[in-house]
Amino acid sequence: MFKFHGGIHPREDKEPTRLKPIEVAPLPQRVYILLSQHTGAPSKPVVKKGDQVRTGTVIGEPGGTISVPTHSSISGVVADCVELPHPLTGRPTLTVLIDGDGNDTLDDTIKEQNHSQITPQEIIAAVRQAGIVGLGGAAFPTFFKLSPPREKPVDTLIINGCECEPFLTADHRLMLEKPGEIIAGTKFIAQALGVERVYIAIEDNKPDAIQALREAAEGTGFRIVQLKTRYPQGAEKQLIKACLNREVPSGGLPADVGCIVQNVGTAFAVRNAVSFHRPLYERVVTVTGPGVREPKNLWVRIGTPVKNLIEFCGGYQGEPKKIIMGGPMMGIALGSDTVPVLKGTSGILVLNEVQELPEQDCIRCGRCIEACPMGLAPTRLNYSIRAKRWQQAKAEHLLDCIECGCCAYVCPAKIRLVHSFKFGKAEIARLKV
Amino acid sequence: MNETNPTLLVTSSPHITSPITVSKLMWAVVIALLPAFAGSIYFYGVKALFITALSIASALLFDALGQRLFGRKITIFDGSATLTGLLLGFNLPPNVPWWLPVVGSAFATIVAKQFFGGLGHNFINPALAGRAFLVASWPTQMTTSWLAPRGGIIPALPSSALKICTDAVTTATPLNVLKQGSKLVLPDCNPQLLYEQLQSWPVLKNLFFGSTGGCIGETSALLLLIGGGLLIATKVIDWRIPLSYLLTVAALALVLPGHKAGLLNYTLFQLLSGGLMLGAFYMATDYVTSPLTHRGRVIFGIGCGVLTMLIRLWGGYPEGVCYSILLMNVATPLIDRLTPPRLFGQRKAK
Repeated sequence: MFKFHGGIHPREDKEPTRLKPIEVAPLPQRVYILLSQHTGAPSKPVVKKGDQVRTGTVIGEPGGTISVPTHSSISGVVADCVELPHPLTGRPTLTVLIDGDGNDTLDDTIKEQNHSQITPQEIIAAVRQAGIVGLGGAAFPTFFKLSPPREKPVDTLIINGCECEPFLTADHRLMLEKPGEIIAGTKFIAQALGVERVYIAIEDNKPDAIQALREAAEGTGFRIVQLKTRYPQGAEKQLIKACLNREVPSGGLPADVGCIVQNVGTAFAVRNAVSFHRPLYERVVTVTGPGVREPKNLWVRIGTPVKNLIEFCGGYQGEPKKIIMGGPMMGIALGSDTVPVLKGTSGILVLNEVQELPEQDCIRCGRCIEACPMGLAPTRLNYSIRAKRWQQAKAEHLLDCIECGCCAYVCPAKIRLVHSFKFGKAEIARLKV
Repeated sequence: MNETNPTLLVTSSPHITSPITVSKLMWAVVIALLPAFAGSIYFYGVKALFITALSIASALLFDALGQRLFGRKITIFDGSATLTGLLLGFNLPPNVPWWLPVVGSAFATIVAKQFFGGLGHNFINPALAGRAFLVASWPTQMTTSWLAPRGGIIPALPSSALKICTDAVTTATPLNVLKQGSKLVLPDCNPQLLYEQLQSWPVLKNLFFGSTGGCIGETSALLLLIGGGLLIATKVIDWRIPLSYLLTVAALALVLPGHKAGLLNYTLFQLLSGGLMLGAFYMATDYVTSPLTHRGRVIFGIGCGVLTMLIRLWGGYPEGVCYSILLMNVATPLIDRLTPPRLFGQRKAK
């Protein structure tokens, strides 16, 4: 296999949940379903207070071209539809509150599909109708990635099972427990894209998952690719480089190099959508960290408050200092444990000890440059941003930054480089530089 | 779901960082220099310990004074001032008067470092700046205060050589003998004999193990290599600067004209003598004053090597390590500008 430049080897910390089968989290009494859980336009609500809904009932319709419908994740009654702060961005976001009846009655549309022959268009339509977005974290609508423009022919599909973030084991467990379903979903994705070359990429710290998928993929022609364990191996551009030695051009998309990447969880969801018309209303979430009493992998209904999951995991261990949605490298710190799980939530990480050393001046050691998988010079970018030289920051390719956090991780001066870059990007967008 | 918990910390990712800190890196370099420090005490006795300790103590004092003067946080225990003091002491002849390290440390920490903004902002290596300042201000003390190392004599020539050239005793370091060469030899004597003695295996062996006249910390190539190897193995320093520096010196020693008594002996002589090992591993690799990228570091190392050899062969001083590094320090911003890292997804030029 090929190598991408930079990257780091943080402590993996996957032990607490690596061997734990996925448990089903109890149905929450109330779910909070955001109508904007994906990149692109939010869904438009189609239910009102008092409406009866079932598990899988559409509660929001696509609000634009790049948008997907949103579904109820439990059966019950719509309690309200209000604006609440988005857990990740803090922006007011229309949210549907549903009080459960405890029955988990499925919507009528969910049933086994008996199609002997299915067309790519039907697959793409089913994927959109099921509200599937990229489950690796970015939550980009999947149907859109399955319909690349004609002038960008795609020859390779990569299914991403790297899960390179420390602590998280959701994808790992899914690969172990549902390998057949992942392969079935992968077939649908490959058919929708019309590609024959399919790679399933997994880091070599998960030999059991590699084995499971290898067995499940027998006879399909899919190639299981064992990659070196190195963060951020699972970042889209780095993964394509590692599998195909192709570099997505600066500012471009994977389709520019004839490639599409989908997460293993997404492949699983696609299988449910195509074979059962089952919308994306639940996902696997790793609840872990030193601040959780019994770390677990859980099947979680979208919209379940984080607090419920922590309670199911035995509650907090010590006093929580930081609650992170996602992994420790790219996850977002939450201001409250009452926020709900989103489609893109792969983990809840609770830290009960946080040591944030004060920033020192840069000593120009160059470690950030060595670690940056995008070939940027983080320390120079940081100076440009601090001086508010936006043109220069752009010229130094700030917009190529993937916010993987390698630079800030290795920085001996503990400079908050990612913080600086997020701020710089937001300012460039706001000022339209 | 509106209430926020005020005890939760909400800061940007990443939420974990490596255990490496600036202070740990500085102390790692100090620790790597301890074998050489022990060696210098062995070779030059308590005088070396006294001068180096004085140099460190005054570096700490003046660094704190400078930080106080500019209203900065006092951070003298982060290892950086200790390292500056240690390196300055290593760059002094063992028999210098006591006030020389004090004045040198004051210049290094206050003028070269704190005047420009403190650690991370100095544009030249403080220890080398201190040494250069002392050489310019007190050239006599800086070039004649040599001591004979234990198990060796000034100027590290076998006694047979001293019979050939009686005047050599006062000139101290091997590089000095090489530079002044024919001037040292009595009229009826052949200077070639002197060069052959100078580059003979016993002398090279002394240069490698340390019983050779020179500055406090530069005598033992072996002990410096041990520490330098440790720093490279633990990735505290990048191997590119020392390697490109040493290879350039070796290559130039091979091709440039000089008083050669055999190519191999001469090349080894150039590599092992003077402050090259100390400079290549511990001073040229100073983060603050060397380039950021791999490519830049190779250019930096080559530049140091070229300048060192030019000064040694044709310059006014017998040794060129200090000035070559200082000159390349000044060139570092330019090198950084010319060697940006390679952007991922940069379309290849056709």
